[in-house]
Formats: sequence, C-alpha cells, structure tokens
Amino acid sequence: MSHDGDRGRKGSAVLPLRRRDFVSDQEVRWCPGCGDYSILAQTQKMLPELNIPRENFVFVSGIGCSSRFPYYVNTYGFHGIHGRAPTLATGVKASRPELSVWVITGDGDALSIGGNHFMHAVRRNLDINIILFNNRIYGLTKGQYSPTSEFGKKTKSTPAGSIDYPINPLCIAISNEATFVARSIDVDVKHLSSVLTQAAHHKGVSFVEVFQNCNIFNDGAFKHFSERGVRDDRTIRLEDGQPLVFGRDRDKGIRLNGLKLEVVDLGRGSSETDLLIHDIHDPEPNLANLLARMNYPDFPVPLGVFRSVAKPTYDELMEAQVQDAISRSGAGDLERLLNSGDVWVVN
Amino acid sequence: MPAITTAKGHKSPRALVEIENATIRFAGDSGDGMQLTGTQFTNTSAIFGNDISTLPDFPAEIRAPAGSLPGVSGFQISFSSRDIRTPGDQPNVLVAMNPAALRVHLSDLEPGGIVIANSNSFLPLNLKKAGYKSNPLEDGSLSGYRLIAVPLTELNGKALQELNLHRRDADRCKNFFALGITYWLYDRPLEPTLSWIEAKFKMRPQILAANTLALRSGYNYADTTELFTTHYRVRTANLAPGKYRNITGNEATAFGFIAASQKLARPLFYSSYPITPASDILHELARHKNFGIKTFQAEDEIAAVGAAIGASFAGHLGLTGTSGPGVALKSEAIGLAVMTELPLVIANIQRGGPSTGLPTKTEQADLLQALFGRNGECPVAVLAPSTPSSCFTMAFEAFRLATRFMTPVFFLSDGYLANGSEPWKIPSVADLPDIEVRFRTEAEGFQPYLRDEETLSRPWAIPGTPGLEHRIGGLEKQNISGNVSYNPDNHDRMVRLRAEKIARIANFIPEVEVFGKPEGKVLVVGWGSTYGAITSAVEGMQEQGHPVSSLHLQYLNPLPRNLGEVLSRFEKVLVPELNLGQLSMILRSRFLVDAVGFNRVRGLPFKISELQEAIGEML
Repeated sequence: MSHDGDRGRKGSAVLPLRRRDFVSDQEVRWCPGCGDYSILAQTQKMLPELNIPRENFVFVSGIGCSSRFPYYVNTYGFHGIHGRAPTLATGVKASRPELSVWVITGDGDALSIGGNHFMHAVRRNLDINIILFNNRIYGLTKGQYSPTSEFGKKTKSTPAGSIDYPINPLCIAISNEATFVARSIDVDVKHLSSVLTQAAHHKGVSFVEVFQNCNIFNDGAFKHFSERGVRDDRTIRLEDGQPLVFGRDRDKGIRLNGLKLEVVDLGRGSSETDLLIHDIHDPEPNLANLLARMNYPDFPVPLGVFRSVAKPTYDELMEAQVQDAISRSGAGDLERLLNSGDVWVVN
Repeated sequence: MPAITTAKGHKSPRALVEIENATIRFAGDSGDGMQLTGTQFTNTSAIFGNDISTLPDFPAEIRAPAGSLPGVSGFQISFSSRDIRTPGDQPNVLVAMNPAALRVHLSDLEPGGIVIANSNSFLPLNLKKAGYKSNPLEDGSLSGYRLIAVPLTELNGKALQELNLHRRDADRCKNFFALGITYWLYDRPLEPTLSWIEAKFKMRPQILAANTLALRSGYNYADTTELFTTHYRVRTANLAPGKYRNITGNEATAFGFIAASQKLARPLFYSSYPITPASDILHELARHKNFGIKTFQAEDEIAAVGAAIGASFAGHLGLTGTSGPGVALKSEAIGLAVMTELPLVIANIQRGGPSTGLPTKTEQADLLQALFGRNGECPVAVLAPSTPSSCFTMAFEAFRLATRFMTPVFFLSDGYLANGSEPWKIPSVADLPDIEVRFRTEAEGFQPYLRDEETLSRPWAIPGTPGLEHRIGGLEKQNISGNVSYNPDNHDRMVRLRAEKIARIANFIPEVEVFGKPEGKVLVVGWGSTYGAITSAVEGMQEQGHPVSSLHLQYLNPLPRNLGEVLSRFEKVLVPELNLGQLSMILRSRFLVDAVGFNRVRGLPFKISELQEAIGEML
C-alpha cells in the first residue's frame, strides 16, 4: 500500500492532488513497450485535474493485460473476472452514485466474453467511464485473434486465417445509444489525455476506445495509419462544430452523399461548405454511426469524440425512485411492514 | 375423526360435523384462477384461526392449451385445529374445474373423498383432451368417491345475469362460485374474501359486484340445495398467543432480508434475473424502496451476482436471488466473492433439475452445488430454512454471518417453501438479534487482508474512506497485505485460512437439538423444507411408542458443532431427502456413520405416510 504520510492526514491524500498520488506501490508488469503504459500515464495525469478526492475513485476491470490496470492506480480498485467488470461497476455506481467509477477493459473482455454486460451498461446510461484498450489480439493468453482482429488474420489459433468478421466497438456503443462515445490512440498522448478528460466530465456512460499497440503479439497493428509520416492523411480529427477536414495540407474532407459518406478533395469543385459539420450533441446516433464505420483505406480513421448527449443516468434514476418512495410512504418502518396484511391475534 | 356435533341455531337443517383437520385441493386449468382460489381459502382459514399449510402446484407454462393435462394447476391446503406441519398427504376434497384436473389429481384423493366437479366442462372435447373415453361423472367410475357434480358455469352465469357482463367476464368468476361452495362445506366466513374483492376491484365496480355475487351465490347454492348432507367445522387452533399473519416462504425471505438491512443499518442491494420460483422475492423487495432498498433487474444471472458483489464492495448488503440454473451461471463470481472476502448472500430457491428441469416443482438437489459447485477450494457458508416462517429467521441469519465473516452465504430455500404458506407469529422488532456492521475507517495500520483473531475475517473498507484506498481481485492474495501473490506457501496458507474462516462459523451458530429422546434406535436427519413431513412422521411413530427421534439441520456449512456426537448416540441414521442422497453423502464422509438415504425426486414434498413406512423398515 502506498501511504503519502507527508501530505495531510496519515494515509490520506488531500486536494489538490498530484499525479504521484495516483501511483500505487505495485510494480507495473506489462511488457516493455506496451501501449498500456501510455494510457496509465495519461490517466494518472488526468485524475488530479478532476478535483475529486482520491478515495472517491473506483477502478474496476475484468481479465486481460489491460485489466491489471487497477493495481497500478492508487485508488479503490477491483480486478474482477473475465468480461464482468461492467456488472461490478454497476453494483458500485448504482449503490453509491457519488463515486467516480471507471471500467478498464480490453477487446476480448468487453466484446467477446463480456459483450452482453457491455451492451447493457451502455444502454442503461450508467454514469461510469468505460475505457476499452483495443489491441486487436489476445495478449494474456499469448496471441489468439480477438473479436476486433481483422478478417483473415493469422494467429496461433487461426493458422489459416480468421474467418470471423470483426466487431466495431464504436458501433456497438452507438447502436446502444451510448451518451458519450470517443476514440483515441496510445501514441498520441495529447489527444488521449484530452479525450479521457472529456469522458470523465461527461455525465452518463462514457465509452472510449483506445487503439493500443501490443508490441509482442500484434506489433504495428495501427501504424499503417498512425505513423507520423502518414497519419495526417489517413486519420481525421473530429472537432465539434467544425467541418470534417483532413490531410497534411487540410485539402480533403468528408461529405454526406445521400445516406453515405464520401471523401472529397477540397478545391476541385468542393469547398468546406459542402462538408459535413461535426455535431457531437446530435441526439440522433445515425451520423455518429456512419463516422464510426469509416476505415482506412477507403476513409481516414476517425479519432476524437463522436457523440456526447445528455440523458438521465441509471444511478440517479434509481436513487430518485428510492427518495420518491420515502417521500411518499415515509422511511421504512419494519414493525409496520411485518404487521402488514391480514393480521389476527391469538390470546 | 372426532365426535359429531350438530350446531345449534344454524339455519341449515343439515348436520354440522366437527372435525380436527381437513385437506382440500382446488384444481383446474391454468387460467381458471386456482392459485387465487386456494390463496383466498388459505387466508380465510388463517384469519379464522386454524393452523394451515399449503402446497401450490402449477405448471411452468403460463397458459398451456385449455383443457389439457399439462395445463392443470392445483392448490392444496390443509387446515386444522391442531398444530400441523404439512399440507396433508391426501386431500379429503377435490374441486375439479374440468376433466383434466380430475384426471391429474384423482389418484391423490382419499378413498371415499368428495369430488366437486364442474359438470359443464365435462364435454366431449374436454373429455378427449383429458384422455377419458366416457364421462367419469356418468359412467360410474367415481363410485368409490362422493361425487358432487355441479353445473358451475351455468349456475354462475345465471347468478351474474343481472350484471349484463360479457360471458367471458362472467365465466371468469366461476372459481369464486366454487370457493363459495367450499366455504359453506367447511363453515368458513365470507368476510375476508369479500373485503379482499372490495379492495382489489375498487376501481372496477362491475367486476367487484360480479365476484361478490359469484362467491355469495356459490355459498347460498350449497346452503339451500341438498348437495351435501353434512358440512364440517374445523375449530380454531391452539396457536401460541401473539399476533399472526399468513406468510409464504418467499415473503418471509424478503422480510428477513429487509429486517437484516434495518438491523445492520446498511441498505440492501438486491440484484436478480427473473427465474421461477425466486422472482417473487424481487417483486416483494421492489415494493419496499422506502427502506432504502435498491433492486436491480440485471441482464442475466452473472450480471446479477456481479452487481451484488460490486454493491457489497461499496458497502451495501449485496444480495442475489435465483434458482439452481442461475447458481450454475453465478459460480465463477461467487468464487470471486470468496477470494475477495466480501459479504454476499445468494438465495437459491431450488427447483427440480438438472438443467431447466422442473421449474415449478420442488427439489433439494442443489446442496452439493452450494457446497462444492465452484472451481478451486472455495468454501462458503450454507443455510437452509425449514418452514415458510423460518425463511425469515434464516434470511436474517444469512446477512448476520455474511457481514460478520466477510463471506458469501448460501440461503437454500425451495419451491415448496417459497410458495407454501403457514400462519406466522410476527416477531417483535425489538426481539430481533442486535447485529452491526463495522467498517474500517482508521488508516493507521490498515491492511486489506488483516484478519480478525476470532473470526479470521478481513476488514470491510469501503470506497469513500480516506486513506484506505486498496485493490482487491480474483488473483490469489498475499495474506495481510492483499497484494497479488503467486508464492506457493502463501497460496497453501490462504486456502487453509479461507476454509478455517468458514469452519469457525460453527462457534457462532446454535447447536442442533433432537426432537424426541436424545438417544435410541433410529435418528431421522433432515434439512430444509422436509422439516414438516419428517417431524410429523416421527411424532406419529413416537406416539406409537417407537424408539425414533429426529433432528433438522438449518446450518449445512459449517454443520453444528455437536452434530457428530448426537449422531453417535443412535444405532441407525435415516436421511430422507428430495435428492439422491446429498446430505447423507456429507454425513457419511464427515462422521463415518452408516447413514441410510430415503430419496424421492418426484418434484413434490414427502408424504408423512411414506416417511413412516421408511422409518418402520429401520426399526
């Protein structure tokens, strides 16, 4: 246990907090070079900025490399079982809405074994933050394909190539009407930090997919669009209220043509006014879904916030029902409850 | 049967015979309202002051094809002027609303018993559906019984004529017409059902009038016609003084959990996926949110237990309820709660298995699942209520032990207890044991797996407590520090510590008591819902002078500390169970006693007579 005895009360950290307040005493055991380090660092940097007492954070995870995350963050933490982190988080948040609850999960954990829970946590709009580390591979079990692995992927369990069509995590979240949906990438720490902060501030479920490189079993999974030399042309940064422009020379854009998106070259008969204006507050999820489906090479890979809408949260609605019952019937009286119904007396 | 007395001043000229107890079974189509009819008869008898015991028996299908054998729904009630513990081996009266109901239930009726049949439903199509080649009401095949054929549908329709209801709505009241007949037959007051009708249909005056009229008409019809030569009176029972209400096992279970939450001053978090026969607990708890209870209908069984564990980690009373198939799905998560040493109560309302099995029938075949059905050495406490009333006590106990020992606790009820009912002497809240939760708040010296010397439990340190930030999880923990540890000696130590922690619960539960002489030839050992039948069977044998005693286990893990010694005082041990010998396997392995099983898995509770036969063979 890490106790910062030099700050405030013995063992407790007082506001304002610093990054090191969120570093636990446990040795981080991810492989050297793993993208998880970057996500951990950005999270630990972001947490103090939220101005929430450290003891009010709970990090919950399932199983997989990413799910070791809570051990390394000096908050309350619960390393759960495979796929079930959203269920544990639901219990924590629904019973204690005042806590800041974070689910750390991976592509196998959230989308394969835990797909059901992921879907339901999202559609209930529980006020939790779900960070999905997507490395498109099973790391902890040493290199089998995952539900986000590309079709045809050759792995130990698919020597002739995977015949599974991959899941797009953003589309799952959007189709379940997640109220906050974003994507970032481990190598762009500034972007990652900004997205995590926005997720933290969103009231309701926040879903963030982070492209995360597994340098042991799936090295370079994202480099074809994320490397410095190509990333401006092969990715697009979603900015709320801005036209969808990309390219090193900002000479390309995304236009809506009927029910489809298309890439246009600016200046060749098209101008910015023809482009789609990104609106994260659009209550309809349809455009967000179209954007989420964009993929290289036909489209640039979108990064940023897809959707951020307001909706009452499950935990506050549940709490409201309790408070409503109390104001209507008075606080529960056990003696009265036991004596309810048809009661008779034997003398 | 006791002496016949004729009630003086009764307007009916027919004999009123006083009897000690009676058993009646209502049977009809799933849509005929037999469960409601039975419940009304039950409540009336309870309020009247009889001791009662009930056995609802209904199909898993909500509305199986009308008139078919699988669609038959039954409700049996035994009511008595004496202390009774079972719904009766054989009904004295069978109310059969259609041929299928007669076909399914006739074999249980006592020889010479009364059959009240709705003759209007004994039509060719219904007879064929029930497999009758000729009409049993007419072909003499019921000559061994007292047949009362009543054109119920027709009479009820006529009685309700003035209300100008749709025929379908009028027909739906015929169960209350039948109820009225049985009220006359057993000299029951109409008032409790009349007030129920009034409260229930306050907003629908026509339906209120129809049901009232149907009930009264049935009663008057029996009173004024020559249907019955006699009717019966069952005097009030000599119950211990106090306030009573009728209660089903599931209601008592819900109340027990609420009581524990109130006494522990911690909110209850009930998380469940609908499943028969446990869903009524969810319905009941959802009605009492003003006790600070949060109920969560999860997306599946795993989510239900996961959320309960999450709530428990956050300092609430995490509770999940289900039946056997649901427990199978929850197993991994229960292991997580064992590893993380969090309080958790799992209510398993057992039903017939394996797999989907017999959803609406009772069985006790999940004992070994509760004890061992997880990966690794994964000990949990296991409790089992023995009567609908004791569901209250044991539900309360489950949370007392779960919080004191920071452990999952199984509460093993079953379909028979869940839906069966009996008069419940309402406890006074002040008399409930004082129990408390002690959260760790002191940061100085805090370690997540520091152990209490007496109980070996670890501290409950909940989020929001400054200075106690810590991480737990399913990986093996270093004792005291709670850090992840793969150390061989530590694992061996932790496995033994977890087992020892559960074993020490034996010091915090009552010793087992013997019913009858403390030593002798045969000891009958039971657990769970077989209490009523076993105790009544043994009592009957004792009255005949046989050297037989019994004991009933409500704590299955750990077992009461005096159990081995008690077993050793008897020559033979008989273990009746509604499974193929699960407790007897435990007793044989734990105590090296030659426990003999008496096992039935028919989806029904034991009959007293079959137990007495089995005991007789041991003497």
